[in-house]
Amino acid sequence: MDWTWFHKFGSPPHVYRLAGLLTPWFAWPAALLILGALYGGLVLAPPDYQQGDGFRIIYVHAPSAWLAVMIYAVMATAAGVGLIWRMKVAHAVAASCAGVGAWFTVVSLLTGMLWGKPMWGTYWVWDPRLTAQLILFFLYLGYMGLRASIDDTSRADRASAVLALVGVVNLPIIRYSVEWWNSIHQAPSVMKMDRPSMPFDMLAPLLAMLLGFTLYFGAVLLIRLRAEILRRERNASWIREELT
Amino acid sequence: MTPRQRRVTLVVGILVGVSAAVALAVRAMNENVMFFFDPTQVASGEAPIDKRFRLGGMVRPGTVVREPGALEMSFVVTDFQKDVPVKYSGIVPDLFRENQGVVAHGRLGADGTFVADEILAKHDENYMPPEVARAIKEKHGGVMPVNPDVRSVPRT
Repeated sequence: MDWTWFHKFGSPPHVYRLAGLLTPWFAWPAALLILGALYGGLVLAPPDYQQGDGFRIIYVHAPSAWLAVMIYAVMATAAGVGLIWRMKVAHAVAASCAGVGAWFTVVSLLTGMLWGKPMWGTYWVWDPRLTAQLILFFLYLGYMGLRASIDDTSRADRASAVLALVGVVNLPIIRYSVEWWNSIHQAPSVMKMDRPSMPFDMLAPLLAMLLGFTLYFGAVLLIRLRAEILRRERNASWIREELT
Repeated sequence: MTPRQRRVTLVVGILVGVSAAVALAVRAMNENVMFFFDPTQVASGEAPIDKRFRLGGMVRPGTVVREPGALEMSFVVTDFQKDVPVKYSGIVPDLFRENQGVVAHGRLGADGTFVADEILAKHDENYMPPEVARAIKEKHGGVMPVNPDVRSVPRT
């Protein structure tokens, strides 16, 4: 089998150009989906029988929380690939993930607090689910802090990749915290084997928002990856050719 | 082993090692990770009776009694196996209602009554519009069942 297409992903100029070509294919559908899902979630979807209109925060909260976990998985996978195959581009992908993931974690925590006050009666409790999500935020911060503290890029890549892999253990804890332990956080409504616990007209905007956020992450990742490659290859001759 | 195989072993080793360490730590601290104890755990003596702890369960329908003109109230928390009577003085969150999850923080008195100083409402994972909720309640004799099929009602 011809593996040239795969090995090309190890080549910074190839990935730099490919990322530039792909960005609009993520950005435009993301913008359309997020706008449509906002309208669907805030206007078209019916209010909840107990929470009234307050439930609508789910359309930002749940997709952000999913993305926070998913981005960490992408980051750790890229870091692992970079570690095993000594692939600089994979390390660049991991480094580009961290900031986006950290922001989605912040959004999920803040929207959760805003919802928690009127519904649970408190902004924050040291509940397993809430605490595990906060630890995810600190893992992102630790990853970025570790990278920033090591000047040599390839050493920063390897050290931070180990940290990223160690943090993977937190992902199943976040997902299953509400099932393994008594938690104040409700069980999953959608991400489960059983039928979703909401009718279609509430569910559709949520899934559209999830897809929109995922594509948005893809677009931002590609843009950040290009910047990261430029920074790493700043002395390479192909960049001079690319930019003139 | 080639250098690459060594690096694969390193990555797998990190994942397995850290998972095992965290699994053991979490098992050891299982009780402290629990956000609340349910009435069955209280009845079997698993809850720290001499300390403040959180009691969680459902508010048994028909047991909520409010003192007229005061903040004092009492109700029964159940997990459908065991019941614990709860006393509380204060304002409850909007979602506090019969047949809904609740988490009470306080102490267990000598008479078996739980005296709470904080009440949190626990929301379940079911979301539905009011007319669907009405239809489901009608089908189940006026009470919301614990695990309602929110998609069983045809929408107009």
